[in-house]
Amino acid sequence: MQYPPDIKIILVPCTGKVDVLHILHAFEKGADGVYAVGCMEGDCHYNSGNLRARKRVEQAQKILDTIGIEGERAQMYNLSSSEGPRFAQFAVEMEERIRKLGPNPIKLAKKKAA
Amino acid sequence: MIVADRKPIEEIIEEVKNHEKILILGCNECVTVCEAGGKKEVGVLASALRMYFLNQGQEVKVDEKTLERQCDHEYLEEIRDVMDQYDAVVSLACGVGVQFMAEKYHDCPIYPGVDTCFLGATEKRGLWTERCQACGKCILARTGGICPVSRCAKRVLNGPCGGSAKGKCEINKEIDCAWELIINRLKALDKLDDYEKIDPIKDWSTDRAGGPRKVVREDLQE
Amino acid sequence: MKTKTPSKLEKILAAGHLAVTSECGPPRGSDMEVITEKANLIKDYVDAINITDNQTSVTRMSSLAACIQLKLMGLEPVLQMVTRDRNRIALQSDILGAASFDIHNVLCLSGDHQSFGDCPTGQNVHDIDSMQLIQTVRLMRDEGKFLGGDDIKRPPKMFVGAAANPFADPFEIRVPRLAKKIAAGVEFIQTQCIYNMEKFELWLKMAGDRGLLEKVYILAGVTPFKSAGMAKYMKNRVPGIEVPDELVKRMADTPKEKQPEEGVKICIEQIQHLKEVEGVHGFHVMAIEWEEMVPEIVEKSGLYPRPSVE
Repeated sequence: MQYPPDIKIILVPCTGKVDVLHILHAFEKGADGVYAVGCMEGDCHYNSGNLRARKRVEQAQKILDTIGIEGERAQMYNLSSSEGPRFAQFAVEMEERIRKLGPNPIKLAKKKAA
Repeated sequence: MIVADRKPIEEIIEEVKNHEKILILGCNECVTVCEAGGKKEVGVLASALRMYFLNQGQEVKVDEKTLERQCDHEYLEEIRDVMDQYDAVVSLACGVGVQFMAEKYHDCPIYPGVDTCFLGATEKRGLWTERCQACGKCILARTGGICPVSRCAKRVLNGPCGGSAKGKCEINKEIDCAWELIINRLKALDKLDDYEKIDPIKDWSTDRAGGPRKVVREDLQE
Repeated sequence: MKTKTPSKLEKILAAGHLAVTSECGPPRGSDMEVITEKANLIKDYVDAINITDNQTSVTRMSSLAACIQLKLMGLEPVLQMVTRDRNRIALQSDILGAASFDIHNVLCLSGDHQSFGDCPTGQNVHDIDSMQLIQTVRLMRDEGKFLGGDDIKRPPKMFVGAAANPFADPFEIRVPRLAKKIAAGVEFIQTQCIYNMEKFELWLKMAGDRGLLEKVYILAGVTPFKSAGMAKYMKNRVPGIEVPDELVKRMADTPKEKQPEEGVKICIEQIQHLKEVEGVHGFHVMAIEWEEMVPEIVEKSGLYPRPSVE
């Protein structure tokens, strides 16, 4: 299955490992979008890691909205590990969303400052 | 512990927007426990501020540091060498830390990053509730270990008042009536007879009313 | 029973009569005419008139000012004092202010929390509580001393009252609470309005078993329903008031235009019943914003004319 080439995948043992800071720092460094893909709710191998991840994505969304960056650039998705096509579908969806929103304003601002 | 809550980022931005070199300073104790001003919160605030200023086209340096405490001289001294690099500090410590910083670093604006709320306990992660108002003359021995000064909205010392309904306070159904709690506890301790002892008028001079307070232990001073 | 103050209310109770009191809320302005009008409506049907003190924390003209007006009209005021708004200095000061006009009755209360009123962001005081206020008035009267220890020139001669609510929670301490207030020095009690006769009489009986009824005059609180809606509201939305289902039903089954009449009828029946109950020394008729019904209620309950005392 194909998914858009401009998605950088970072593997974690559980989305529960993803911290609010990881998401914010990614945007700080110029990422246009950040999304976490975790197990179906209720199926987390570590019980509630994916639930924590969702909360942290929501926190990040709020913070981004406050500072003038569209919060929807950060997203949380859930699927089971065997659902390859779904993974691709999420990737396509995310890519479309980000294209619509345009590049991360931080990236442009950084270029200007440089 | 002292329980605090994060100030909205918009408010902090308003405080610091005219500065160019900001230090976000956290505290490793109470505000870390109530997840308002520890290392993590410092990181989140700093990242948010950096992105905000970039977005605004302003060149602002935002650095991060967390001290063990901000209410002891030794720890505040640790940053003496770097303070001249900054034109503002946002302290995420409780109101004590912010003030101690301001006293020590006289010429640098120190802004509060949290709202200091009360003395309380962690009922569970994400829920902290008030227990003590530091009145300076503890009466818990007489009230079964439950404080009417901090937990009764009217701080009546011979309660409950007429507004207590189904064990809840008249001002909010989610707040327990402190006096019902006290009565239940006296019952459990088989001391319900104590209920009829009239608690005397309180000496509030050791409370805020008496002015800023201090504790002196000459046996500990050099 | 001997009286300790020149209070007309105390004299009536000491003479063994059933006393009748009612209450007026001061205006939200400086026009004393409101008080004068209400007082004139009811003056021949009651022995004393309570003036509420910023009730429900809504800012109104001060109770003391309105009480002085009543006194100037030749009537008997009961000064209600809440501990919410004033510290011990102001409370003692206002007691002396009242005493200077020979106001002889005071009702000691905590007061509703300020979040209910028009200044929810204000501070509250509660320097002393209502129990301690009772003690304070007794100290000022019987020992002629301020809380600070100094002597008072021309000490107040106040008949001291408090409120009691047999229907508040928890029920098991309602009688101990009455005992506590009596130990603090209270001399008369006005209860919260009664609809649940059974519970009220149980409370009285439990108080009687402890010998408390000989130590205090209890005035039973009554309030007429203006409508079925009011009955429902008081049942469901007002803490500390218990309304039995039969009463709500009775009001609801009455056609709307006859509901006020039915409400007054119920009130009169309640008074007639309570007149025979041991330990009840009188009635506190609370007909808020309906003071014009007080004369009828008092008359039809067989409590008119009011006795005169020297």
